[in-house]
Amino acid sequence: MSSPRFAVATLVTLLAACAIPASGALAQTTVTSDPPASFTLGNGLQVLVIPDHRTPVVTQMIWYKVGSADETPGKSGLAHFLEHLMFKGTAKHPAGEFSQTVLRVGGNENAFTSTDYTGYFQRVPREQLPKMMEFEADRMTGLILKDENVLPERDVVLEEYNMRVANNPDARLTEQIMAALYLNHPYGRPVIGWRPEIEKLDREDALAFYRRFYAPNNATLVIAGDVDAKDVRPMVERTFGAVAAQPAIPARRLRPQEPEPVAPRTVTLSDPRVEQPSVKRYYLVPSANTAAAGESPALDVLAQLMGNGSNSYLYRALVVDRPLAVSASAGYQGTSLDATQFVIAASPKPGVDFAQIERVFDSVIADVAENPVRAEDLERVKTQLIAEAIYAQDNQATLARWYGAALTSGLSIEDIRSWPDRIRAVTADQIREAAQKWLDKKRSVTGYLIKDTAPKREEKRS
Amino acid sequence: MTNFKACARRTGWMVAALLLTVPLVAAPAHAAAKIQHLISPGGIEAWFVQDATVPLIAMEYAFGGGATQDPADKPGVGNLVADLLDEGSGDLDSKTFHERLDRRAIELSFNSSRDTFRGSLRMLRDNKDEAFELLRTALTSPHFDSADVERIRAQVVSGLRRDTSNPTSLASRKFLEVAFGDHPYGRQVSGTLESVPTINVADMKDYVRRVLAKDTLRIAVVGDVDPATLGQLLDKTFGGLPAKASLTPVADVEAAKPPQRAFIPLDVPQTVVMFGGPGVKRHDPNFMAAYVVNHILGGGTLSSRLYKEVREKRGLAYSVYESLLWMDHSALFIGNTGTRADRAGETVEAINKEVRRIAEEGPTQQELDEAKSYLKGSQMLALDTSSKLASALLQYQLDKMPIDYIEKRNAIVDAVTLDDAKKAAQRLWGQGLLTVIVGRAPQAAAQPAAATPPTAN
Repeated sequence: MSSPRFAVATLVTLLAACAIPASGALAQTTVTSDPPASFTLGNGLQVLVIPDHRTPVVTQMIWYKVGSADETPGKSGLAHFLEHLMFKGTAKHPAGEFSQTVLRVGGNENAFTSTDYTGYFQRVPREQLPKMMEFEADRMTGLILKDENVLPERDVVLEEYNMRVANNPDARLTEQIMAALYLNHPYGRPVIGWRPEIEKLDREDALAFYRRFYAPNNATLVIAGDVDAKDVRPMVERTFGAVAAQPAIPARRLRPQEPEPVAPRTVTLSDPRVEQPSVKRYYLVPSANTAAAGESPALDVLAQLMGNGSNSYLYRALVVDRPLAVSASAGYQGTSLDATQFVIAASPKPGVDFAQIERVFDSVIADVAENPVRAEDLERVKTQLIAEAIYAQDNQATLARWYGAALTSGLSIEDIRSWPDRIRAVTADQIREAAQKWLDKKRSVTGYLIKDTAPKREEKRS
Repeated sequence: MTNFKACARRTGWMVAALLLTVPLVAAPAHAAAKIQHLISPGGIEAWFVQDATVPLIAMEYAFGGGATQDPADKPGVGNLVADLLDEGSGDLDSKTFHERLDRRAIELSFNSSRDTFRGSLRMLRDNKDEAFELLRTALTSPHFDSADVERIRAQVVSGLRRDTSNPTSLASRKFLEVAFGDHPYGRQVSGTLESVPTINVADMKDYVRRVLAKDTLRIAVVGDVDPATLGQLLDKTFGGLPAKASLTPVADVEAAKPPQRAFIPLDVPQTVVMFGGPGVKRHDPNFMAAYVVNHILGGGTLSSRLYKEVREKRGLAYSVYESLLWMDHSALFIGNTGTRADRAGETVEAINKEVRRIAEEGPTQQELDEAKSYLKGSQMLALDTSSKLASALLQYQLDKMPIDYIEKRNAIVDAVTLDDAKKAAQRLWGQGLLTVIVGRAPQAAAQPAAATPPTAN
């Protein structure tokens, strides 16, 4: 998926402790609060403490700088599979003990995997923090895996694949678009993996990956909540401080990079269950980590202008002024170690063909690439983006996610804190230049989701 | 990037979206101490927590009636109203209304749920006058201009069309039909492909006139505003609404008696199973015992019996959970899982076995102790943001709980005995399950090679 803007935002989604938003365009920042305290242990573990004293609760999140893009070719899905297996117990704490301890105090926990990181978190009453640190530090190197745990969990992952991808034509189209967009970089592989490769992952694969990447010098620990940095430090020293560094892990991740794109591509996914066709175009664009100064915030603002809300350019052009589509949107995924995506999408009304929609895409893009945006539009979207940074302060888990995702995607604390200022500084010229330079069709893959109307093969009945 | 996670459950989102009943939660003790019962000069009441830590204000509010007030032959009226109130009102057309919201980053939304018509408003502290003024016009003088109505109607219809091939939507719709038949609870909140095209502006204006009134209004506010200012804002915003709603009475209803099973054929790799039965109403004396024992069987943690048996031991599903849902006129328990087509029968049997076992034997003392410990401790965590706290304070009001309920709740949890829990388990699950299965036909699923079309795998 691209940014959270494409997701249907419901209250329930927001309440779900396990829903980690994909840290989209706004994936960075807090403005008025004090900067988080930060320090690094002798073994290389980076630690961040974000105070929130409203409720006696604390969130511990550990972020490993390893994701699906760091997998060995042929072993796709391994980062995510290991994430599931991290709940299977250690030599010191058998399976279930960590989870039971979290539950007994009313806490909750979960984990998530992306292309660039894998994270684990617990939310507990603040006095439980030392115990959580002890468990999490132990799990960094002490994992024990047995086939009796590993094999049923692989079936669980295959059901997760069925739920998220196989049952969902739109997700299947996204897989195809990403594979076509990235000719060389491993972002073209799905995070959950290609099914035939998931089916073959085993205990040895998981343990080898674990030993290779899980170490304090490859992790960032974020503690958010009703704590003081000065109390946290000795706790971290006592627990995580005892874990040995892994000098073999390189300080920087160097992956195969994309060549300069030269040809627009299209993919079409047809499925008998498609009742609402859709079209989306993904452009290969720089991330906050790879962009030149000012470019990534300009792309944030451009995405907001083009496709967020009912006064955005695409929505006005496609849904309001000439009703060709039922919905239209845009998004930019800035938090990413390597080159990322700018996405525009629309769902045509019945009887409208994709060519009509794409002509509007092209004219909206041509307009922003040629003409300066209206000052009041610019002001409006900047206000919205910056306000998100203030709203985020209401939620310690959101802040922990922003910082964690950014720090494992090549950004610094200062990058995150100065993000609102950089948004404020974006000029109309920069937006025009960004549209000209990056929304070039040669850099894109356009995906079509259509209904498969071919006659269905006869089912063999017994 | 897509994030995948070892998520125990999907938080009952589907079910919750369907029935709009939030899980039982309670606020931290220190927040509880700060809940004020605010009465504005004009007599509008709200539960209110003043907190200046973050410069924002979150308000959640609800009018009674919700989707039960849709005309019987036109389900989806309330839902369409909810989608149109922010599309032009007073002196403002849709474009200008959204520009005013956007310019100050005001978040305003409406939602039609089973028993309530809800709204949510969030703003930075300094934008409160504008935010409440925009809400006032939306509630009191919506336009329903025809271009806007058709635009939003097309979106709703598009969503309904998608639902026709979505196994989870199909399962929930069928489940409600099986459970409630012709009762308004058996109808769809968002309407149907037949009803939505027939809804006209008069239907919507009539709904607004009958439902948006002061006597059923409940409000919760959390944030950086003083009580006097808030009282004035509430008066200005809601004071102009009619004093009394004129609601169509809704009968109490008991969900259909289990066991019953329905099957909907759909060619998908993963079969969706929805299961449930009659639940326990919020003011039933055994409510808390049922709540605790449901947590043990299928509550949303990494430790429920269903999670262990269906997911952890057998690898049959990624997500399996069960929740209690209570409504004004009925109650349900309802669960959901997704499992590979060729093992759907095994999954349904594993769920039934656990349901029978807990109905017959009840939970163990240790399970009961651990569940109580979890439920008591989780209070604080459920409400650490302004929006979460406001939503919970609204829910307590809708559930007719006292304003000091949060302080009493742990004692109510503690009072549940093993005997209470066993009785509640027998009552909830002793009759078996209403089960809806959406997927490949069992005989086809048994021969996946013949039945599976080529896919992207």
